[in-house]
Amino acid sequence: MNIDSIKNGIVLDHITAGKAMEVYESLELAKLDCSVAMIMNVKSNKMGRKDILKIDDDFEVNLDVLGYIDPNISVCIIKDGKVSEKKKLTLPKQIKNIHKCKNPRCITSIEQELDHIFYLADEETQTYRCIYCETKKG
Amino acid sequence: MKHLIDPMDLTVEEINDLLVLADDIILDKTKYRDVCKYKTLATCFFEPSTRTRLSFEAAMLELGGNVLGFSSADSSSAAKGESVTDTARTVACYSDIIAMRHPKEGAPFVATRGLTVPIINAGDGGHNHPTQTLTDLLTIHREKGHFDNLVVGLCGDLKFGRTVHSLIKALTRYKNIHFILISPEELRVPEYIIEDVLKKSNVTFEEARTMEEVMDKLDILYMTRVQKERFFNEADYIRLKDSYILDLEKLKKAKKDLTIMHPLPRVNEISVQVDDDPRAAYFRQALYGKYIRMALIMKMLGLK
Repeated sequence: MNIDSIKNGIVLDHITAGKAMEVYESLELAKLDCSVAMIMNVKSNKMGRKDILKIDDDFEVNLDVLGYIDPNISVCIIKDGKVSEKKKLTLPKQIKNIHKCKNPRCITSIEQELDHIFYLADEETQTYRCIYCETKKG
Repeated sequence: MKHLIDPMDLTVEEINDLLVLADDIILDKTKYRDVCKYKTLATCFFEPSTRTRLSFEAAMLELGGNVLGFSSADSSSAAKGESVTDTARTVACYSDIIAMRHPKEGAPFVATRGLTVPIINAGDGGHNHPTQTLTDLLTIHREKGHFDNLVVGLCGDLKFGRTVHSLIKALTRYKNIHFILISPEELRVPEYIIEDVLKKSNVTFEEARTMEEVMDKLDILYMTRVQKERFFNEADYIRLKDSYILDLEKLKKAKKDLTIMHPLPRVNEISVQVDDDPRAAYFRQALYGKYIRMALIMKMLGLK
């Protein structure tokens, strides 16, 4: 299966197989006015299987969201058909409004206008906790 | 110290400063009786409380200050749907410092947004209760004179008891503390306290199912209530409940200088006969709660 290379845009490579749709939705790529190719379950020497997303336009990728979903994703910025920059992802210190706190005793359960924010409590175990009630993100 | 939301917001040095000030208040209360003259404490209690609210109010009154507030959500604008932030900002217009209790976890933290006066978390659900932790630390300081090299037994409901979790976190910062966690299997201390707090701080601990088997080792026995509704079935509750009731018989094996603590209210987990034993420190602990709040109010208002 062949997908055309892009001239100016972004390639998200080394996405854990099966996670491309989550990335697509979290980055709200459906709202873009350009072509987006989602290639899933591609053979990879490094990973066995992987997903790839190709976005045929330059836009500001939310690296925090991406790093949270999968810190191993390679973000390649393509300019004039060549990789002009590779961005390294790390686990974000905070994630905002990606998950809702499930603790029924949390203040967010009664105050609807509050942002749902989780902070990185332990990088090693990739544990995020609610900034209000410290409940572990389930 | 702008606000006090989590007991771990305080450094060991800040806690020491509070303990030293509380000691001085206990030594000569008259010295401090006008310190908060013309200052007002607002107690915003969105759920009922006896000890915490009254000890805050008593603390402010003994410092010569004024007190206003409400003692249930029904008697505040929360009943009309006002947000915690808006309530706090409004109350801040009429007061110099706020003590807030709320059934929802994180509410006092949310209340700090845009707030111009200091706020003290007076308990948010099952989450934090920093002034209880400070009360417990002052009690240990007054009764033992030090925090290092203590064997601390925590007994009863170690799963849901926020006071126990906060005290464990606070004490791990001192040297050579050994915890003995005494609880039924159903009410063991949560895994994150063992993994994220005890093991990460390299603090030694052991678990026990009855207090009799460890009584002779303890320097401090911190009792909590075992609630019937926490058990999956009544048979287990009946089988286990006596193991978590402290009486004179069980105390026979204890050290002569044991300190018995309890955050109160007590139901039946400490026999009333124990109250007359000099080792029973829980009513003194309730009194220390007032003194440490006096010290805290002064520090947070920047008064000397």
